[in-house]
Amino acid sequence: MGSGGEMLVKRAKYKVSPKAPGNPGVLKMTMDEFVFAPNDPTSGTKLRVRFNSIKAHRVTKEGSSKQALLNLLKKGEGSEGYIFEFENFSDRDMCRDFVTKALEKHPDVPKKDSEGPAQLSSEEMERRIKLLQEDSELMKLHKQLVIGKILTEDEFWATRKKLLDGGNKRSSSTQRVGFKSAMISDIKPLTDGRVMYIYCEICQIFAEKPAVHQAFLTYVPKRMSEKDFWTKYCRAEYLHSTKNAIAAAAEAAEDEQLAVFLKQDYILASEARRKIRKVDPTLDMEADQGDDYTHLPDHGNPRDGNKEVAESQTHYDQYKRNLSQDLNRHAAVVLEGRALDVVIGDTRIVAEALARMKKVELANDTTEMNDNQERLNRVCRMTEIEDLQAPREPPVAPLCIKDPRDYFYSQQANALNSLGDTAVGARHVNCHINTQEAYSSLRESMSDIKSVGLQTSIIKAEVAFKVLASLTHSISSTKYNLGGNNRETVLDRLPSKTKEDLLNHWTSIQELLKHFWSSYPITTEHLSVKVDRLKDAMAQIYPKLQQIKESVPSDLRHQISLLVQPMVQALDAAFAHYDANLQKRRAKSGLNGTI
Amino acid sequence: MKFQIEDITVYFPYDNIYPEQYSYMVELKRALDAKGHCLLEMPTGTGKTIALLSLITSYALSKPSNPIKLIYCTRTVHEMEKTLAELKVLHDYQVFHLGPSARLLALGLSSRKNLCINPAVVSAENRDSVDAGCRKLTASWVRALAVENPNIPTCSFFEDYEKSGSEAILPPGVYTLQDLRAFGKQKGWCPYFLARHMVQFANVVVYSYQYLLDPKVAGIISKEMQRESVVVFDEAHNIDNVCIEALSVSVRRQTLEGATRNISRMSQEIERFKATDAGKLRAEYNRLVEGLAQRGNLPIGDTWLSNPALPEDILKEAVPGNIRRAEHFLSVLRRLVQYIKSRLQSENFEKESPVSFVASLNQQVGLDQKTLKFCYDRLHSLMMTLEITDTDEFLSIQTICDFATLVGTYARGFSIIIEPYDERMPHIPDPILQLSCHDASLAIRPLFERFQTVVITSGTLSPIDLYPRLLNFNPVVCRSFTMSFTRDCICPMVLTRGSDQLPVSTKYDMRSDPGVARNYGRLLLEMVSVVPDGIVCFFVSYSYMDAIVNTWNETGILKDIMQHKLVFIETQDVVETTLALDNYRKACDCGRGAVFFSVARGKVAEGIDFDRHYGRLVIMYGVPFQYTLSKILLARLEYLRDTFQIKEGEFLTLMLLRQAAQCVGRVIRSKADYGMMIFADKRYSRHDKRSKLPGWILSHLRDAYLNLSTDMALHIAREFLRKMAQPYDKTSASGKRTLLSQEDVEKMSNAGADETVF
Repeated sequence: MGSGGEMLVKRAKYKVSPKAPGNPGVLKMTMDEFVFAPNDPTSGTKLRVRFNSIKAHRVTKEGSSKQALLNLLKKGEGSEGYIFEFENFSDRDMCRDFVTKALEKHPDVPKKDSEGPAQLSSEEMERRIKLLQEDSELMKLHKQLVIGKILTEDEFWATRKKLLDGGNKRSSSTQRVGFKSAMISDIKPLTDGRVMYIYCEICQIFAEKPAVHQAFLTYVPKRMSEKDFWTKYCRAEYLHSTKNAIAAAAEAAEDEQLAVFLKQDYILASEARRKIRKVDPTLDMEADQGDDYTHLPDHGNPRDGNKEVAESQTHYDQYKRNLSQDLNRHAAVVLEGRALDVVIGDTRIVAEALARMKKVELANDTTEMNDNQERLNRVCRMTEIEDLQAPREPPVAPLCIKDPRDYFYSQQANALNSLGDTAVGARHVNCHINTQEAYSSLRESMSDIKSVGLQTSIIKAEVAFKVLASLTHSISSTKYNLGGNNRETVLDRLPSKTKEDLLNHWTSIQELLKHFWSSYPITTEHLSVKVDRLKDAMAQIYPKLQQIKESVPSDLRHQISLLVQPMVQALDAAFAHYDANLQKRRAKSGLNGTI
Repeated sequence: MKFQIEDITVYFPYDNIYPEQYSYMVELKRALDAKGHCLLEMPTGTGKTIALLSLITSYALSKPSNPIKLIYCTRTVHEMEKTLAELKVLHDYQVFHLGPSARLLALGLSSRKNLCINPAVVSAENRDSVDAGCRKLTASWVRALAVENPNIPTCSFFEDYEKSGSEAILPPGVYTLQDLRAFGKQKGWCPYFLARHMVQFANVVVYSYQYLLDPKVAGIISKEMQRESVVVFDEAHNIDNVCIEALSVSVRRQTLEGATRNISRMSQEIERFKATDAGKLRAEYNRLVEGLAQRGNLPIGDTWLSNPALPEDILKEAVPGNIRRAEHFLSVLRRLVQYIKSRLQSENFEKESPVSFVASLNQQVGLDQKTLKFCYDRLHSLMMTLEITDTDEFLSIQTICDFATLVGTYARGFSIIIEPYDERMPHIPDPILQLSCHDASLAIRPLFERFQTVVITSGTLSPIDLYPRLLNFNPVVCRSFTMSFTRDCICPMVLTRGSDQLPVSTKYDMRSDPGVARNYGRLLLEMVSVVPDGIVCFFVSYSYMDAIVNTWNETGILKDIMQHKLVFIETQDVVETTLALDNYRKACDCGRGAVFFSVARGKVAEGIDFDRHYGRLVIMYGVPFQYTLSKILLARLEYLRDTFQIKEGEFLTLMLLRQAAQCVGRVIRSKADYGMMIFADKRYSRHDKRSKLPGWILSHLRDAYLNLSTDMALHIAREFLRKMAQPYDKTSASGKRTLLSQEDVEKMSNAGADETVF
């Protein structure tokens, strides 16, 4: 693109600061240096600066009321630089593009591989490199797009501003797999406790039932073996599932350790008291109760037909398992998320780690001032009436879906649905032939056969069955496989290379599309160049996808095409838009030309 | 924005204003000018509270010579917090525009339980224990002893507060309960007593209804409020219930047992005092002879709930001779308890008037009306004399004395109802004697007389002409505003059939049908996969909710629901419910989404908002009928018919409307908000049931949405959500303006001025 002899000449004003009036003159740029010659040779602001002393460039946003400024920043600390104001934005943009190219030619002290234009502070660079190192997928994408010259370094990172800014603050924001939504109690324990919980479920039990956790720490392994412990636990669960509070009470009376599981969780109660103090005051019903002078002892009308009948308390209540309590507790734990990193290992280790976590939490609790402030701010925000004022930036968490695979999981459900749909659809083919017509047509064909005889021999039933079976095998087997096990997906059954390729393509398509759509409407030359670049890059993906489709064995081809289809659709949409836009612009410029 | 309403410059903390807010302010101002009471209805989601606050504070600011005080009553503490948060925004705005002259003192007031910062006291379980715990440390005799004996614990916060005397004041600002606690901690002063002291000087006081309506509480807290106050009752559609509850007492067997224990404990104390400190008892006797039931100026730490009867009904004369001596009073109490005990043994329902009750009491145990009337004050005096600080142990005898005082004071508007069991559960014997007040106007009348303006406002007050009759007052302004919609942001639907096209209902005969439970479950399951963020489900009762949730759990529907959203559920335990709600909100905030199961007449339905993403869909399972056979309700209906000529039907309609409005009416916060409501019961398709819904919901209920099955509702929900998620033009839709800017308001006020000129 750019040869060394390239040169650009524009009229511009040189300014010391953006607000200063500026000194009109001519700006001449080559790949190596830029020269500013003022119209008034006596003014003395003649410049000749080599690009390798320039760190980066900044431009003002485009807008009718704004000046078209270009600021070339000097190397070193501080932000002083050479500010030029142009007559219009197109001039400015041309210069900017030129400078970009020029700066590319004069890289900074070359960093690790070709990290792109040397216009970043070293700190910024380090942060980027760190991010790339942390995230191998990002690295791959970077390699493919930036080093493949499809996107510039700037463009690549522009869409990840949040990542860069928040990088320091939320260094631990990498997502972990949380607890499952389903409740443990869905697993029906057997009488003799033959159910063996797997580790993540044990974590969940510990988190949901702190009393069990506590008991585990005290009893195991000194007073009983781990196996005995869980046997007892399962026995207690079984007793609960029978919903016989009296029997549970009887057993608890005999066995002190069993009683721990059967009774209400006292740790939960104390935790609740601690948490209630941090609750959002605009829904604190406990405070209402604390303020209630009428309803407490025996005042008011308990039986005016408006109030609920409260059930009387009995001695056995503490042995009653309450589903609603479990539901609330479970949901709270799922919401809190798993804080532990220990995934597999000794239960003992898990239990101890959890205990340590809790201690830390308690310690943090004492610093509650910040919490309060935050809570108050939240309340204030909540009471505001949103449409009576200009919107503030929505306080929403950025959507971070961890894994592009999640998309495929959802696609898989769709795929299944569509499979089902076609089956149903086939059944519902409408026949607009009434019985008489059908009968006559049958008769006709029979008489045909009678007169002419069969042209092809009848296929034997076994053969027909074989053919049919082999044809439908893949479909039914997929359905069977998928229906049986949720964890296994289409992706897992693909050859690993194909899978990798698919995922890679998906991420790069996403990235490209993001850039593609964000470049519209095309207002500058630069954007149009970028769009062209993106378009070319996207066009190259089509054959690759086709290749993947062809490379897999036939029984998977259907699955693959289901997966590939949305990608192709997204690309198609982009191309359609590109073409339409191109034509519109051409028409416009053509129009301009005639006038 | 800043604009004129006649001679008042109104400071409103937003850039725009709804037209209904503007007209609400105009009407409110009219009432303030006339120094009369008013009744204003405006649907939820139109910013009533902020309109009210900004008009009244601006009114006070524009008349600095004689500033009015605002007493803002909320139903609950969390509504108090919300109001104060809005006031904070407003106050910041006013100070920003007017400078420090606009500063005002606004504070919320609550019980010791919510304000105490002494860790030893506040950790107690309930309000009464905290009150007692505080009293143990701050009662005058305890403090007197502590001066001599440093081992007796006192409360350092209270001592420091007392020590700083008149210097202990709050600087101007808006204080929520949390702010008060923080301020107290910082200064080392007791926030509760500081707040109670500052209430007299504050420009705005926010507290709960009871602090004005319940004579027991009002007597100590709100005694000294000046006449130039504006009293606002927000969310006041239930105000009549609060009024009658404030004057009603019920006695159970446990109460009587507790009272008997209290009496014997007191008699022991009396014996002890006789032996050691007979002078104190004699002093009390002399005081009573002089006619001082209460010592005039109690130290602030000794004040206690005051007389349950209204101030003007309390006799200002000497305590009768037969209960002046402590032993005699105890024997009167014993006889009273004995009599009530015998009445509770009745196996049939009984109802009688206070007059006949007092007559038979006189006949059988020889207690006359006047003695009864003085019971409360006499008990109070005795407990002070005996220096009893653990008042929470003496609640039962207090209840009995409340009952005696009320029954001796009021001959009309009350009845005594004795029921051997709750009629909804006839197999469980639970005898109860209830002194039930039927006349809401009794408790609120003193307020109408005492304060120049009382504003009663709510989202649903229709039929609006019923309230002046129920509360027996003459408002100068009585207006109902309708909400102008920018777009159809609510979508009510009536679902009569499940996914299998069979009818669904919570009617008694269909309640146990597993098909109905399944259809209800499928409905929710379909909805959780379509609706974003929060969904709220209301059930008709706790027992029904428990049953159906258990069924869903067993059939696996619950598990499927949990695949989409977290599930939270209201329980009878307030702490747990509060935590569940908090987590529900967190789940909605973080985008996880959640479902909240609640009970139509429970605490959550009464006062928690499910606006914006906290409630995109409300499902109402069944029709939450009131139990209309309740004896108390029947007695009240009879009284209303005879006294105020209010027909039974009219009153029951009112009750139903409130119920429905409470459950489904809390989903809209502003016009930018949107939400759906599904009424899942075949009975809603009947016009007579449906017409009980609030008007603003009915106006959106299209005919096509009246008889839906699950699949149709799902389709409508999808369409609706897609439509609502689009950006829209906020200012005007199809000509009618629904959002006014500064300019518009100026134009309007000019036009208004022109009108008055011509």
